[in-house]
Amino acid sequence: MTPRRVQGDGQQAAHRNPLRDPQDRRLPRIAGPCGLVLFGVTGDLSRKKVMPAIYDLANRGLLPPGFSLTGFARRDWADEDFAKVVHDSVKEHSRTPFREEVWDQLAEGFRFVPGDFDDDVAFDKLRSTIEELDESRGTGGNHAFYLAIPPSFFGNVVGQLKEHGLADTDGGSWRRVVVEKPFGHDLSSARRLNAILDDVFPDGSIFRIDHYLGKETVQNILALRFANMMFEPIWNANYVDHVQITMAEDVGIGGRAGYYDGIGAARDVIQNHLLQLMSLVAMEEPAAFDAQALRMEKQKVLSSVRLPADLGATTARGQYAAGWAGGEKVPGFLQEQGISASSTTETYAAVTLHVDNRRWAGVPFYLRTGKRLGRRVTEVAIVFKRAPHQLFNPTATEDLTQNTLVIRVQPDEGMTVRFGSKVPGTAMEIRDVTMDFAYGGTFTEASPEAYERLILDVLLGDPPLFPRHEEVELSWQILDPILGFWAKQDAKGKRPEPYDSGGWGPASADAMLARDGRVWRRP
Amino acid sequence: MTRKLTDTNSAAIAAEFVRARTHAGSPAMGMVMTLVVVVDEENADSALDAARAASHEHPARVLAVVLGAARGTPQVDAEVTVGAGWGGEMALIRLHGEVVRHPESVVLPLLLPDSPVVAWWPVGAPADPASDPLGRLAQRRITDTMTHASARSRALRQQCAAYAPGNTDLAWTRLTPWRALLAAALDQHPLKVTGAAVTAENANPSADLLVAWLASRLRVDVRLRTSDGPGITEVVLETASGPIRISRTDGRLAVFTSPGNPDRPVALKRRDVPELLAEELRRLDEDDVYAATAHYLHRGKLSRGRRTGTPASSRSSSRSVSRKGTPT
Repeated sequence: MTPRRVQGDGQQAAHRNPLRDPQDRRLPRIAGPCGLVLFGVTGDLSRKKVMPAIYDLANRGLLPPGFSLTGFARRDWADEDFAKVVHDSVKEHSRTPFREEVWDQLAEGFRFVPGDFDDDVAFDKLRSTIEELDESRGTGGNHAFYLAIPPSFFGNVVGQLKEHGLADTDGGSWRRVVVEKPFGHDLSSARRLNAILDDVFPDGSIFRIDHYLGKETVQNILALRFANMMFEPIWNANYVDHVQITMAEDVGIGGRAGYYDGIGAARDVIQNHLLQLMSLVAMEEPAAFDAQALRMEKQKVLSSVRLPADLGATTARGQYAAGWAGGEKVPGFLQEQGISASSTTETYAAVTLHVDNRRWAGVPFYLRTGKRLGRRVTEVAIVFKRAPHQLFNPTATEDLTQNTLVIRVQPDEGMTVRFGSKVPGTAMEIRDVTMDFAYGGTFTEASPEAYERLILDVLLGDPPLFPRHEEVELSWQILDPILGFWAKQDAKGKRPEPYDSGGWGPASADAMLARDGRVWRRP
Repeated sequence: MTRKLTDTNSAAIAAEFVRARTHAGSPAMGMVMTLVVVVDEENADSALDAARAASHEHPARVLAVVLGAARGTPQVDAEVTVGAGWGGEMALIRLHGEVVRHPESVVLPLLLPDSPVVAWWPVGAPADPASDPLGRLAQRRITDTMTHASARSRALRQQCAAYAPGNTDLAWTRLTPWRALLAAALDQHPLKVTGAAVTAENANPSADLLVAWLASRLRVDVRLRTSDGPGITEVVLETASGPIRISRTDGRLAVFTSPGNPDRPVALKRRDVPELLAEELRRLDEDDVYAATAHYLHRGKLSRGRRTGTPASSRSSSRSVSRKGTPT
């Protein structure tokens, strides 16, 4: 994304590599010598996402020779036991075919350090392990620390990294830290978390990963909006009636009760993912296609967001009830293992937001997310106003609704345009039709899994699309009053409304749009 | 689903595409290009396998043209396939008789509107693809001199001489992982390269291109040595701090040696044609770096040719190309 930084890390741009040519777009960028330290190797995230992505990167030849992976966990393992865990996870989850020779060269760089997060001896061992890797594998002092652990341990681990000199660089090398969402659970905790990270790592070395929002998606939205002529002129309050942003999951919370209870849909998804999508859709054109300009525009939009005065009428929340979803009998949220029968954690959340600027004045943005809904889908729907005057008589246009442009984020990334067309036959009848564009083959099969891209960006030191702490804090500023309102409702005994599993959310969410004379799309 | 059309024409093939799509229940056209594959009967199957694999990344209308004997009554036969593992749709078109000399008349009406056209000769490319009747329809032309039975280096030089914007050879595509590693090596070691050597099996057009690329970019003499292969087996960049060496003897795993660092293994697998084709189809504009390299190779040959004869035909166990074409 930033053509200025074609060079590997730790080097000055003064040296021009004669084998690099901006015109030579075949050449992928391979990360410089480095290693990754993974905290929380036994978790789902590590086994299903991070480890397979590392193998896939190696298989595609994008990892540097000598790349090393160090696991850290409270397990009595030797390096080989750790290698076995990675091997199993790669075999099961990797995207690219398993090749013995790739595995062999990768596995030579596996190390394991057993220990607790507050165990000084273990962190000393980690330090000596890293130094040994610099020696034997040539990782050059460049290491990224991937915290695939609950946020409550961040402080501990980051403090230990600092204390044992693991965050120190010697000028030419780098140390980076990767954290996953959620970035806190409200504004003040997000600030605390940021303070902890900022205390140890400089801002450019902190990578906040929102794996829902792949870089590919962000770039697709930017390309759609700003590379074309035909969309931007109508991308404003003159033509747009409202915007619906949806992220629906068909699964329940599964085994993640410990994580999910007390967090809920709004904190888990709206705070980061949906607000990021919204800022990309609503922002002005950045001055340049680079990290800083993009961030500035996103921050501008997020600071212009205003909540409606009556939060009771403009938000909705719910919990999925026991029932049938997709042909399977499923338990309700309150019956899930590890969830108390009196939990008020919402599994569905819908909010109304206004953007107070000239472009979007009077255009509501409806954001919703939920678990155990009809199907897995993430999309942004721009719903346009009706034609101001209708030439055709009302019976002819009875079936005609509003023109809509839908950006499908997943699955089946692409775009749908809905507009009216005459039904073949003698009578004049106009009905909605859709025109569909799927990135389809063009990007799906060969397109790297989001994690591959994220990890490669971390190793390359390319942070443009990772949110910075300003964005994280702005998002919490938007969400905090809503969370506060819901907490008050809880105190009054008004619980989240149950909704049918496998449907599209609680009745209150439909009522919320009906008050504005609108309806939710069936995504 | 495949349907055979005997003694047919372009209009009937086009109608069959529409009919088959409607029948399959998906009238949408998500295809991004037309891929014309010019192939003989013997290699048609493997070429179509590669095209099918590539069509998953680049949904395309694939027109495979099999040129038969040019004598006798002209006849066009076609097999139209939609679905069945294709990311788009495919027509295998067999030409016999006089129409063999006018294949463009069959293909032109079948090109998708407005989208790019790519021509690919899996084996035996024309000497000048850009002026070939089918090559003229395309803006991207892909040849593969590696598949020439003999005189591959000469075939490559011929392609370089006939270079036109949009041409590439798969011998160049095969180099991408090598070039990526070499470029990354110089990212890590910002050292002045004082000399270089490439070792490869005999008559490997990729090696010729790699020598030309290194020589043109680094402006140093690059030696070419012969080994038993497979493919390219070693590249060495000499620097004042010591050599940067990538050595691969088994066609799969390489050892990366650089000054001040331990030797490290790195996966460097020889890729199959479907992967190569998919990479080619990712870029539909001119490949400037290939253009420069082809130009360099062609010019180097001319100047060397005047002094010492054609090196391609007099390859010894070691020879080199210098920037001015002076043999060393």
